[in-house]
Amino acid sequence: MGLETIFGNSFLTSRVDEAVNWARKYSFFQYPFVTACCGMEFMSVWASTYDIARFGAEFPRFSPRQADVLFVVGTVNEKLAPSLKRVYDQMAEPKWVVSFGVCATSGGFYDNYATVQGIDKIIPVDVYIPGCPPRPQAILDALIKLQEKVSKETVLKYKGLK
Amino acid sequence: MKAIESLKEKFSDKIISHDSFAGQDFITAKKECLKDMAVFLRDELHFDFLSDLTCVDYKGYPGRENAPRFETVYHFYSHKTKERISLKFPIEETSPNIDSLTGLWLAANWYEREVYDMYGIHFTGHPDLRRILMYEEFKGHPLRKDYPLKARQPRIPHED
Repeated sequence: MGLETIFGNSFLTSRVDEAVNWARKYSFFQYPFVTACCGMEFMSVWASTYDIARFGAEFPRFSPRQADVLFVVGTVNEKLAPSLKRVYDQMAEPKWVVSFGVCATSGGFYDNYATVQGIDKIIPVDVYIPGCPPRPQAILDALIKLQEKVSKETVLKYKGLK
Repeated sequence: MKAIESLKEKFSDKIISHDSFAGQDFITAKKECLKDMAVFLRDELHFDFLSDLTCVDYKGYPGRENAPRFETVYHFYSHKTKERISLKFPIEETSPNIDSLTGLWLAANWYEREVYDMYGIHFTGHPDLRRILMYEEFKGHPLRKDYPLKARQPRIPHED
C-alpha cells in the first residue's frame, strides 16, 4: 500500500470487499419474522439491557424489500411456509437469514404433521441459534458470527462472478 | 331438579349411559337425539352457553374394541343456574356424521370446523364446513389415531 506514503494522512487504501463488508456488517437492517415465544427474548435484545444497537443492527424494517437480515423467530408451520418463502424472495441481495431458536432450526419438539422441520427446508440459513428460547447473549453471539461471515464475503459473489 | 335428572326423564329411551364425577354430569346418548336434547337444554333448562365442542378417537382404546370409534363431546353451561353438563354422542367409523348445532349456538360453527378438520366428522347442516386450521390441500385428518405420526405432506405453493 504505497499511496499513503505519498499523500500522507489524507488517503487510505483498501480492498473494495473490505470497505463494503465493513459497511454492511455494521448496518444490518433486520426483518423480524416473529411467530412465537422466541420473540420475547428477541425483544429483550432490542431493549436497553442487551442493546443490539451496539452492533449496528437495531433497526427493524417491516418491509422485506428494505431488509438485509431475515430473523426467523419461532415455529414455522406448513401453512405459513409459503409466506416465509415469499418474504425471503422479496428481500434484495445481499441478504442473510438467521434461524432463531430450535423450532425455526429443526422444528423443535413440534415433530408433527403441522410444523416445518427446520426453515432450511424452505430457505437457505446463514446462522442457527439453538435454545428454547435462546438467551439474549446467544443472539448477540449469533449476530457477531454473522458479521464474521459477512466480512469474509466478496462483492463479486453478487455479480455472479464468483 | 338438576339438568341431568330432567334429561334422564325426557330422553330415557335415547340415553346410553350417564355418570357424575367431581360435581360434573355426563350423559352418553344416541346421536339422533342431539338436536332435540340441545333444544331442550337451551330453551327449557337455560343452558345458554356452548363452552366447548370436541371429539375423541377411541381407536385402540382398551376396553372399547366393540364400541363406536368416535365420540363427539359437548360442554354446556348455564349462566342462569350456574350449572354445567356434558353430552357425548358415539359415532360409528362407517358413517362419521352428526347434526350441526350451528343453528342453535353460533359458537358451534368454528368448533365443528375444527372437529371436521382434525377428525373428519361431518356436521350435517353446517353452513360452511371447511378446514379451519390445516390448509385445503392437506389430505386426511391429523388427530385420528391412524394418521401416521411421522407423515409429511407436500409443501404448498404461495397463493396471492
